[in-house]
Amino acid sequence: MTTLEFKDVTKRYRIRGTGDFLALDKVNFTLTSGKTIALVGQSGSGKSTIAKILTQLERATSGEVLLDGKPIPRRGRALRSYRQQVRMVFQDPFASLNPYHTIRHHIERPLRLDKVVPNEEVENEVYRLLERVRLEPNDVIDRRPHELSGGQRQRVAIARALASRPSLLIADEPVSMLDVSIRLGVLNLLADLQRENNLGVLYITHDLATARHFSDEIMVLNRGVVVERGNADDVILNPQHAYTRELRDASPNPDKHFAAPGTTSPRS
Amino acid sequence: MTLDKNQERIVTSDNLLTVSNFSVMYDVDPPVEAVRDVSLTLKRGEILGLAGESGCGKTTLAYGIQRLLKPPAVITQGSAIFHDKAGEDIDLNSLDEKQMRAFRWNKASMVFQGAMNALNPVVNIGKQLGDVFTTHRPELSRAERHEESARLLEIVGVGRDRLRAFPHELSGGMRQRVMIAMALALKPQLMIMDEPTTALDVLVQREILQQISDLRKEFGFSVIFITHDLPLLLEISDRIAVMRAGKVVEINTAEQIYHHAEHEYTRKLLASFPSLTGERGDFVRGTSSVETGA
Repeated sequence: MTTLEFKDVTKRYRIRGTGDFLALDKVNFTLTSGKTIALVGQSGSGKSTIAKILTQLERATSGEVLLDGKPIPRRGRALRSYRQQVRMVFQDPFASLNPYHTIRHHIERPLRLDKVVPNEEVENEVYRLLERVRLEPNDVIDRRPHELSGGQRQRVAIARALASRPSLLIADEPVSMLDVSIRLGVLNLLADLQRENNLGVLYITHDLATARHFSDEIMVLNRGVVVERGNADDVILNPQHAYTRELRDASPNPDKHFAAPGTTSPRS
Repeated sequence: MTLDKNQERIVTSDNLLTVSNFSVMYDVDPPVEAVRDVSLTLKRGEILGLAGESGCGKTTLAYGIQRLLKPPAVITQGSAIFHDKAGEDIDLNSLDEKQMRAFRWNKASMVFQGAMNALNPVVNIGKQLGDVFTTHRPELSRAERHEESARLLEIVGVGRDRLRAFPHELSGGMRQRVMIAMALALKPQLMIMDEPTTALDVLVQREILQQISDLRKEFGFSVIFITHDLPLLLEISDRIAVMRAGKVVEINTAEQIYHHAEHEYTRKLLASFPSLTGERGDFVRGTSSVETGA
């Protein structure tokens, strides 16, 4: 079992002229394999800063990030091995794949760099990964990103993230750029993979409805402070903090809107 | 939460816009029929939601009504009749370029998708608002234009002290408000809003929707509200038209769409949004639970 721990993590951005900006203020949480935590909050609340620190694109100003009790390595092979365990799926599938390279190349790279399987096995592994994200390997393997739809591209991005067999996955708004008709399909795929591989997933989103259904726990971030956390249903159905309530009440909720006395919601 | 319970009172019984058998084709090879034989009416004071997935023709229809389409898009058939408050019926297809330009914004304005890109980055917003008056109300003096622009910014809650601000100095929500202010400038009878809140987070979105609702109460305009976010549309619209592949597959009151959607596609679209407070498991287990609302 893999455990990733955020201990009193603070991030301060230096801004010339206006003084510092406190992006994260003593954030604590633990992400373990097999569990899904949703991180919600409005724009600018610090969600992506957490993702950046987790992937070491940014460093915490103070506090510790521990993987199985050890701090994140700063550089070199150790950092690469850390990143092999903690993978990221980005928001924009149009920007996160290299337009010059084929899908095969995208999936092969992590397999070869991280020496996940012996060289002669790589091709088979690429096929296997594409199948796992429900793509027909022969249809897509020699294509380039622009020949695929947004949903297909995001599936490729997920296959790539899974290639080095991570134990934790950071998904930063993985479906917000996709068309509504396929969002649920991609989220369901992520949920399936999470169960099959016993992955720990940090699902970063501003969509409370999918956060609730996709994750075990929800963590609410406001101005860099975790204001509430708990079981996903509890946080949404019975929020304790005023900010969580505000966020929930602002989310479109036709069930409540149409819940006149005597009528039952069609979803219940 | 609920924007206004008295929506019924705002919607009147006389029609503002009648669209009949409207079709738009993109004349490329092979030709794409983006809007196919769409007929609908919009009542004065009504918010009509246009829902559907990407590429279903929502935006093309709205642009078609405003005659903002550029080749290769051509309106192949149909008409859009605007029933002016003054009692005159205006056939939008019969207006020439000059008349059309006078019609747009005066009677029907538009809030475009992506406020970030719709404002000119090198001109301050006061001047951009003033441009509307320079073009459509040339009789106004400079001081009057300034005053009008300032008043508009106050109406939408940005504040007149931001007149000299440049778009990059404003947040996304503020920029979207400026766009709404601009669309309100000439007190149009119809506002078409194309994904006005899609890029904003839920709190800002809620504020802006509230504002649109309040302004409608105050000024009595009608709105065609385009978005793919069906839950949102269900809350704010009086009626909803669901589009798919260029056709309106279903049009009904928001409540009917929610409780008794008739078309299978509408039900599928409803099911692709997990419920915020409803039963759990609707989403994780069933890949597409179409039984919603059946």
